[in-house]
Amino acid sequence: MKYYLKRLMKNKLAVFGVIVILLFSSAAVCAPWIARHPPNKQHFEGLTLEGAPLPPNKTFWLGTDLLGRSLFSRLLYGARTSLIIGIAANGAAVLIGAFLGVIAGYVKGIVGAVIMRFTDLMMAFPALLLAIALAAIFQPSLWIVAMVIALVNWVQVARVIYGQTVSLTTHEYIEAVRGIGASWPRILFVHIVPHLWPTLLVWATLGIATTVLLEAMLSFLGVGVRPPTPSWGGIIYESQSYFLDAPWLVFFPGIAIMLLSLSFNLVGDALRDVLDPTQRGRE
Amino acid sequence: MKKKWKIGVLVVCGLLFLCASTAGAAGGIKQGGEMIVTYKDDISTLDPAIGYDWQNWSMIKSLFNGLMDYEAGTYNLEPDLAESVDISKDGITYTFKLRKGVKFHNGRELKADDIKYSIERAVDPATQSPGQGFFWSIKGFDDMVAGKVKELSGITVVDPTTIKFELTRPDATFLHVMAINFAFAVPREEVEKHGQDFGKNPCGTGAFKMTEWKLGQRVVFERNKDYYKEGLPRLDKVVFEVGQEPTVALLRLQRGEVDILGDGIPPARFLQVRNDPKHKDMIVEGGQLHTGYVSMNVKMKPFDNVKVRQAVNMAINKERVCKIINGRAVPANQPLPPAMPGYDKDYKGYPYDPAAAKKLLAEAGFADGFETELYANNTDPNPRIAQAIQMDLAEIGIKADIKTLAQSTVIAAGGEEDQAPMIWSGGMAWIADFPDPSNFYGPILGCGGAVKGGWNWAWYCNEELDKKAAEADAMSDPSMSDARIELWRSIFIKLMDDAPWAPIFNEQRFTMKAERLGGPDAIFVDPVHIPVHYEYVYAKDAQ
Amino acid sequence: MILRFLVKRISQAVVILVGVTVITFCLSFLMPADPVRMLAGRSATQATVESIRQQLGLDKPLPVQYAKYIARLVQGDMGRSYKQKTEVSELILSRLPATLLLLVGAIFFELFIGLPAGILAANRRGRGTDTWIMALSFAGVSMPQFVMGLILLYLFAHIIPVFPLGGYGTLMHLVLPALTLGITGGGWYSRMMRSSMVDVLQEDYIRTARAKGLSERAVILVHALRNAILPVIAMVGLDIGIFMAGAVVVESVFGWPGIGQLAWQAIQMVDIPVIMGVTLVAAIGIVLGNLLADLVMPFIDPRIYLN
Repeated sequence: MKYYLKRLMKNKLAVFGVIVILLFSSAAVCAPWIARHPPNKQHFEGLTLEGAPLPPNKTFWLGTDLLGRSLFSRLLYGARTSLIIGIAANGAAVLIGAFLGVIAGYVKGIVGAVIMRFTDLMMAFPALLLAIALAAIFQPSLWIVAMVIALVNWVQVARVIYGQTVSLTTHEYIEAVRGIGASWPRILFVHIVPHLWPTLLVWATLGIATTVLLEAMLSFLGVGVRPPTPSWGGIIYESQSYFLDAPWLVFFPGIAIMLLSLSFNLVGDALRDVLDPTQRGRE
Repeated sequence: MKKKWKIGVLVVCGLLFLCASTAGAAGGIKQGGEMIVTYKDDISTLDPAIGYDWQNWSMIKSLFNGLMDYEAGTYNLEPDLAESVDISKDGITYTFKLRKGVKFHNGRELKADDIKYSIERAVDPATQSPGQGFFWSIKGFDDMVAGKVKELSGITVVDPTTIKFELTRPDATFLHVMAINFAFAVPREEVEKHGQDFGKNPCGTGAFKMTEWKLGQRVVFERNKDYYKEGLPRLDKVVFEVGQEPTVALLRLQRGEVDILGDGIPPARFLQVRNDPKHKDMIVEGGQLHTGYVSMNVKMKPFDNVKVRQAVNMAINKERVCKIINGRAVPANQPLPPAMPGYDKDYKGYPYDPAAAKKLLAEAGFADGFETELYANNTDPNPRIAQAIQMDLAEIGIKADIKTLAQSTVIAAGGEEDQAPMIWSGGMAWIADFPDPSNFYGPILGCGGAVKGGWNWAWYCNEELDKKAAEADAMSDPSMSDARIELWRSIFIKLMDDAPWAPIFNEQRFTMKAERLGGPDAIFVDPVHIPVHYEYVYAKDAQ
Repeated sequence: MILRFLVKRISQAVVILVGVTVITFCLSFLMPADPVRMLAGRSATQATVESIRQQLGLDKPLPVQYAKYIARLVQGDMGRSYKQKTEVSELILSRLPATLLLLVGAIFFELFIGLPAGILAANRRGRGTDTWIMALSFAGVSMPQFVMGLILLYLFAHIIPVFPLGGYGTLMHLVLPALTLGITGGGWYSRMMRSSMVDVLQEDYIRTARAKGLSERAVILVHALRNAILPVIAMVGLDIGIFMAGAVVVESVFGWPGIGQLAWQAIQMVDIPVIMGVTLVAAIGIVLGNLLADLVMPFIDPRIYLN
């Protein structure tokens, strides 16, 4: 364990990623103490006389949005939305994908074939359209959005786990253990699943990069979390037609989304190098 | 003595009107030139029996005509394809004498048969016309809708230039219905030739004819040289370019590449454009027959208590909401918009008074407020407006959870008795089909609309007011029109005592046009031919 | 052998596409909105609504409706849009060129940015340049497309008005949206190119080429690239799929009249025939893209092929 950590720390980019994640997490947790204004309070002084938003100034550090709310506060609280949905959605996706992948890879036969055809089907389905349709059916809330994203994202995990499970079960040593008469739960949980941990861990991290982006995209299309819950993508969505006059409303949330997704990408990629050097990586 | 005076005035007015109209038609304004109008979305259909969105509504009016129409820039009815109309004393029979020499774009002359065919086509279930219901008062309507008969017994063609309508009872809105798009004349042979594609190959009697339609790119109208109105249309050609983002279109207008922004001024640039001295003369402002409101479902607790509804009316800061949309609307205090006959200028309505609102809530038993839901459509700026309203409600203790959903979903929820306690009508808000107060009542505030799938989202049903409304609509005699308007005014004011709605604002219309286009301001914000009355626009550089 | 492989994959594809239509059909009807109500408009009476429903065949049970749809589909009839009454196939065909054009532009920029970056990084493996290029690649793919698009619009269409502010028509209109996709997608290509190059550069025949005295440039650009490029081609295939799945966002930002926008509007209005049509076309795109990728794979790793 310590060995892996040491190797991880050697990777400069991964360190950067970890720092950013910690930064955002603490921002999310400590938001009530850092933010000067409540995120949902629409200030009368937050808009010009004609109703235009204010650029960054002394009272509102990052400016205001179209309802006179402090962008800085909304960014901080928005970190919660992005992190909660990102982690929950990806967690669910990994669980579903791993579950189906292992079963398909271990049981094989008809069950395995059906499951894999199903993943093929889901892969052929245009992901964003599926997400939009699902969001239209289940009126969005924080958890519904997370569920929708999970339903779109589990496919890749399933395929990878399937491939790994299949190759693991054909190992001679599994044949040997089976020969001794070990029961299938034992084989599964003691001999196979532990080898899947590295992959699962990598996906648990890398996947968050995607789910964060997906949440932003859904909010950007207007089918994300319910207002007035702050969401980085949602802020951009509300302000996009004004972006020529109020670019800060697009720039700051946009950079935040990028940094968060980037950091999970960097950490996940580094994890992949460290845990499983046989996979396509750097060296 | 008095009588002679009155006659004298009438004669002078008549002469002036005659001079004005002929001057308008021929005097000084030459025909010629072209105009480019931009739109973002593709035009859906130009079939008058089917087209029912704000984009194609006035385009269809330029391609087709009906028995009646409205004077340009006003709400005044005038005969169009009809030369004259005679209404029987009991208000049941309408006899129209048609103009002679009106030709369809394919060259054939219009006959009374065509009117009968066109209206029956709109009522025929096979056409799937959304306007079918407007013709309810014509005899034979119910049977035809049920599919029992193939024609309306109430329409009789007396001779090729005379057509008679028999109603089941007096209907004061009938002439308005004869002016609506669904009643426009279409030639049978063209409809049968194109079938379902008639909407893409429209053929009518209108001032313009459609000569080109490239899906996703543009639609071109060219002047109908045989148009029966002298001197109209003034332009030779109108090109509708679609797929133009409003912000891009604005830039092109400022550079002189296009002439009219069909989608209006993009909200984000509104302030900037309005304050820019170079461009502010290009903007024309006018009223619309529009009211944005919050409906409260009287069948769901606690909105069954009138005090709660009144409290909501007093809690919302309408000035602030108008500010959030950069002043593109004016606060409203009653269901009817200012431009609608029947609007009460002196009505004070419910003032913005959060303290009084809180007191009312306490009287109703909700001193600590309550939780509820506010539905809104998820296109900008409606989520923002909903959030502004949410904050105002929170001030008096009402915690409203916002549900921003696709338009179709909100509409579906409103049509259910027990789903949506409050709905912000923005983006789906009521714009009148024709300039008559009855159009603001029936489907959205009358008992008839308070059914599953209906548009009366407040589920408000007041039998007494319904009776009065029916009474008002039976006053079809033109001499009673003032009394009728007065009755409608009182109906809506009485309705506000029950406050099933909290009227928020009336959106103004802002049309931005190029300097080179001429014509009275009124036609650029025409209340009926939205956004622009294409027939009356002329090109200054063609003069 | 290739023919048998193709036949097998195509028959699989057909089954998958049928599955897609079933799922889309179910989803469309699960949406809590009534397409007939939307069509009929506000002033329609209950009778009008019911008659329209009957005309459209929406009063029949779902399996019957589905069967009818498939029956017409195999004859090439995708039905008519509820809202526009135009044939769905006509609507899609009028917008498909725009989407395809964007696809080509996007792939062009992705390769234009990603390939040289990847080759350079592979060449300077382990050094500063390598780290920077990889970091930038990651940054690119972590950037949401709509943010990138809005930033590019702001910088190059507003502040420095070189390009048009969105819209469609000329090559200039294509640059910014394609560049947006290029920057956010190029990162995958640079990483793939890099790792592929690294693998290839370790092969024996590269050492032989070097020993023969060929210039480094020739070694890399001619001998190594030829083999390293194969996974990239596979990736292009997958990319087509990803593109078809998510073009909505970029089309929305730039006002690009593609099928993504069509689908988005159709979902809002519950215009079921259009939803079915666009999803099917997108799925066909994805399947074709994957097929392309699969065809290239055997040349990269013969073991997969023989499996």
